[in-house]
Amino acid sequence: MIHFVLLISRQGKVRLTKWYSPYSQKERSKVIRELSGTILSRGPKLCNFVEWRGLKVVYKRYASLYFCMCINQEDNELEILEIIHHYVEILDRYFGSVCELDLIFNFHKAYYILDEVLIAGELQESSKKTVARLVATQDSLVEAAKEEANSISNIIAQATK
Amino acid sequence: MSGGGGPSLMDSLFQRTLDDLIKGIRLHLPGAAQSSFISKSLDEIRREIKSTDSQTKSTALQKLTYLHSLHGIDMSWAAFHAVELTSSPSFLHKKTGYLAASLSFRPSMDVLLLLTNQLRKDLSSTNQHEASLALECLSVICTPDFARDLTPDIFTLLSSGKNSIRKKAIACLLMVFSQYPDAVRVCFKRLVDNLESADNVQTLAATVGVFCELASKEPRSYIPLAPEFYRILVDSRNNWVLIKVLKIFAHLAKLEPRLAKKVVELICDHMKQSEAKSLVFECVRTIVSSFYEYEFAVKLAVVKIREFLLDSDLNLRYLGLQGLLLVAPNHLWAVLENKEVVIKSLSDVDRNIKLEALRLVMSMVSDDNVVEICRVLIGYALKSDPEFCNEILRSMLSTCYRNVYEIIIDFDWYVSLLAEMARIPHCQNGEEIEFQLIDIGMRVKAVRPELVRVGRGLLIDPALLGSPFIHRILSAAAWVSGEYVKFSRNPFEIMEALLQPRTNLLPPSIRSVYIHSTFKVLSFFLHSFLLPGKGVNSSLSNFVDIEPGFTYSESEQEFTEIDHATSSSGLNKRDTFTQEAVVNMLTLVITSLTPLAESHDVEIQERVRNVLGLAQLAQQEISCNHDQKEKMVDKVDLKTSIIIRLINDALSEDFGPVSFSAQERVPVPNGLVLEENLSKLDSLCADVQLSISESFSLVKPILLPTDGDSISNQQNEEESETSPAESMSLLAEHRKRHGLFYLPSDHNKNASSSFPPANDPNQRDNDVEDLVKLTEESLVLKRKPSSSRPRPVVVKLDEGERLPITVKKTDENDDLISGAVRDVLLGNEASLRSSNPSGRRKGESHSKDKVENSETGNLSKRRSKHRNHGKNVEDKEENSEKSKKKSGGRHKARRRADGGIDVAVQKQVIPDFLL
Repeated sequence: MIHFVLLISRQGKVRLTKWYSPYSQKERSKVIRELSGTILSRGPKLCNFVEWRGLKVVYKRYASLYFCMCINQEDNELEILEIIHHYVEILDRYFGSVCELDLIFNFHKAYYILDEVLIAGELQESSKKTVARLVATQDSLVEAAKEEANSISNIIAQATK
Repeated sequence: MSGGGGPSLMDSLFQRTLDDLIKGIRLHLPGAAQSSFISKSLDEIRREIKSTDSQTKSTALQKLTYLHSLHGIDMSWAAFHAVELTSSPSFLHKKTGYLAASLSFRPSMDVLLLLTNQLRKDLSSTNQHEASLALECLSVICTPDFARDLTPDIFTLLSSGKNSIRKKAIACLLMVFSQYPDAVRVCFKRLVDNLESADNVQTLAATVGVFCELASKEPRSYIPLAPEFYRILVDSRNNWVLIKVLKIFAHLAKLEPRLAKKVVELICDHMKQSEAKSLVFECVRTIVSSFYEYEFAVKLAVVKIREFLLDSDLNLRYLGLQGLLLVAPNHLWAVLENKEVVIKSLSDVDRNIKLEALRLVMSMVSDDNVVEICRVLIGYALKSDPEFCNEILRSMLSTCYRNVYEIIIDFDWYVSLLAEMARIPHCQNGEEIEFQLIDIGMRVKAVRPELVRVGRGLLIDPALLGSPFIHRILSAAAWVSGEYVKFSRNPFEIMEALLQPRTNLLPPSIRSVYIHSTFKVLSFFLHSFLLPGKGVNSSLSNFVDIEPGFTYSESEQEFTEIDHATSSSGLNKRDTFTQEAVVNMLTLVITSLTPLAESHDVEIQERVRNVLGLAQLAQQEISCNHDQKEKMVDKVDLKTSIIIRLINDALSEDFGPVSFSAQERVPVPNGLVLEENLSKLDSLCADVQLSISESFSLVKPILLPTDGDSISNQQNEEESETSPAESMSLLAEHRKRHGLFYLPSDHNKNASSSFPPANDPNQRDNDVEDLVKLTEESLVLKRKPSSSRPRPVVVKLDEGERLPITVKKTDENDDLISGAVRDVLLGNEASLRSSNPSGRRKGESHSKDKVENSETGNLSKRRSKHRNHGKNVEDKEENSEKSKKKSGGRHKARRRADGGIDVAVQKQVIPDFLL
């Protein structure tokens, strides 16, 4: 199972963190510090696996972002690489050639999409289409809710409450 | 407009949006400006989040979530607001609330209780997106309370018509089971149903994923499900599912050999046919870790591993090495076949690959090839970066030390290898090399001459003194040269090396070792000069006699050679220990050490004064006799001679390795009453006895320097008036005392030739006899050498040293889960719904409704246990490997305890299930 997912920029800035195993806030920042140090210092064209505290971290760099997932020793590293790629492809389709800024300004969407790809540290949906469809439906629900909230009548109702 | 509405409206109209916040943060430079901007924004958020307008609240929470997840800002204070938003009718706000909850909630938060009802409501919502939000949140923050209260709702969703909900509910079960094992009784059947209904690949994947995790903790309970997994292995074309099923079989096959036979061919087929590297590698890993008895499968796996090793993709090369590492314990031939690739990988660009290769090389080491491999590795260490160089040295040292130098046959070679390591510029393993040099000196008598030679090489090189990393090694070299100086060809040279000016670069603790070694060398030198043909000879001949049963070929020659040098050829001997040489040495000692007599370091000062005392006394007497060269015969009667004889006898006793139980075996001296309350400290036994022994030797009034002459009756003749001599005797005494606690590695002869006891001859003799007996018992002789060069004796005590203490750790939850699973699989539904007939364990046997009605005390107890469990997760993860291995055995024991009927039932059931 995946213990956590980290997105780190080349400058060491955190772009997304999702923890499937319990880590306290203190441990979380320690993990991020340790791992970004280890992974960012590795040169290009090296293998994508790092052993770390008895676990294994699989990472892959896409443009300026490092996607890292931490797994158990006996888990399948190549499978995780495929999952990372799967997630990146879905992001790419959703945002239309995704870049780091997309993920910064839409951090919540990055989480929502991740939640459709992984659950409880396991892959839940291997079809990109299905994920795209689910996310699109949710977006339309959100838009509907926004429109309602922003309608003049609603603002007046709020103000005169 | 009410009074409270005003600010709220202002807030909502002029609220910073998420985009504004992010842009603001990006505008400010990282550091003080940015953090002050963030804290300003936090103040705004604190105000906005209290707004009655849910839109304002939602935006504030979203901004806070951003700060929390990307900037690590604490948001536990806003937990209540997150709960509030989850109940909002607007999907947008609900989603924001759930995101905040799943990212920031902790099991210890009180506010979680407020979320239960909302979760239940959303789980049963007709809107599948709401239900999926709730499930996602639950899968992250599940607590025992949530699991207990929401089990019925999740149970319903397990057969939901919407696949996206069903798969999420299935995935959630893993958390629910781990938090609340009783949920297994309710949900397990439906989980198994999902395994059988292969209509949707995603739900199947989720189900297999859950079983994969469960089986990795406690595989035995899932053997009855083997037919289902087998069917999936045959039918499924989905690689994700196949990988998980293979993992399950890897666990099951270890327990059920018949199962292994059934699936091994199937796995081989997958391995041959699959295009996906991940699946191929999983097949390889499964075969080599669980099916290693099937020769044809392993051969095929090794072929695949070789393909990986030769691939240009670094990832595959890394995995190939990992595969080899898994094969190595059972099929070393596979590693040897790929030796070249492995050795080549040692110089790979990627450090991780180099490390894997190093591990593999170490797995290949045996007594035949250790010399060759170490030579290769030293070559690699020399041209590697410092970090990897030390990694190589470390693994060489630990591999060679394994089982007390099991693989080393030629110790002369090994000792010179250690010296070679010391000279590698980046070497930072000084501590381990120091330990091994001294350890080998004590354990392997045959290697001492070579050890002294190697020590000399290290000591006389002034360049080495400049590097702080090898000071520890120099300390070992100094100790060895002093302790075994009798094997030295040129003690004078060693003395010069020990006193060279650059030794002032050493730290005081190591310098004092140097000075003590000069003391040993000096006393040896004086002894050889004053009493030729007495001590040294006897100790040497002793030494050769100790191992009468062993046929030395080469090494014996060495000894006789040395023997020859020191005893038979008197001419040679006279040359070394002439009066002139002695006078020179004394002058050297006195001139170099006198400045140090005022040293601030108490260790150095004390030792220097000891040496100076001896040297000055000897100088006086010897230079007196300088004129009358003919009076050599009188040398024996000199005071110095008497003292030297005493000192030398004291020093000539060998240090040996100390057994862990040595302390316990020492008889309690008469008159020493062990307090009763001390007996409770059995676990700390070693420490306690050590302190006793120390006080025991210190308390002796005779030895206190203050009342020295007046009280001491037996020794005063020998001790004479001079204070250095007295301290010598003190030293000898101290050493005698400590001799008790060492196991001498030789036999009666040495004991009888040793210095007569100072105080209590009878007791001493008894002790010696005891110890000799102990030594005979505990001396384990290594296997008979078969190669051309016989392996010298290595003193090895019965207990393993440096033995790691393994702490048994039981994982209650895994046990509970597997117990429940077994009940569901083996028992029938009816007996479950009513009361459990076997009544196996308190709390576990209760069915769900019963639990809800009563047993609240029991529950709360369990709840607190779960909390602890959550906190100790780090711990658990570290130990998971261990507990996994153990769980099989523990489980067996438990089942036996449960009664024979259960065992019989399972024994009968399994064959039916086996296809």
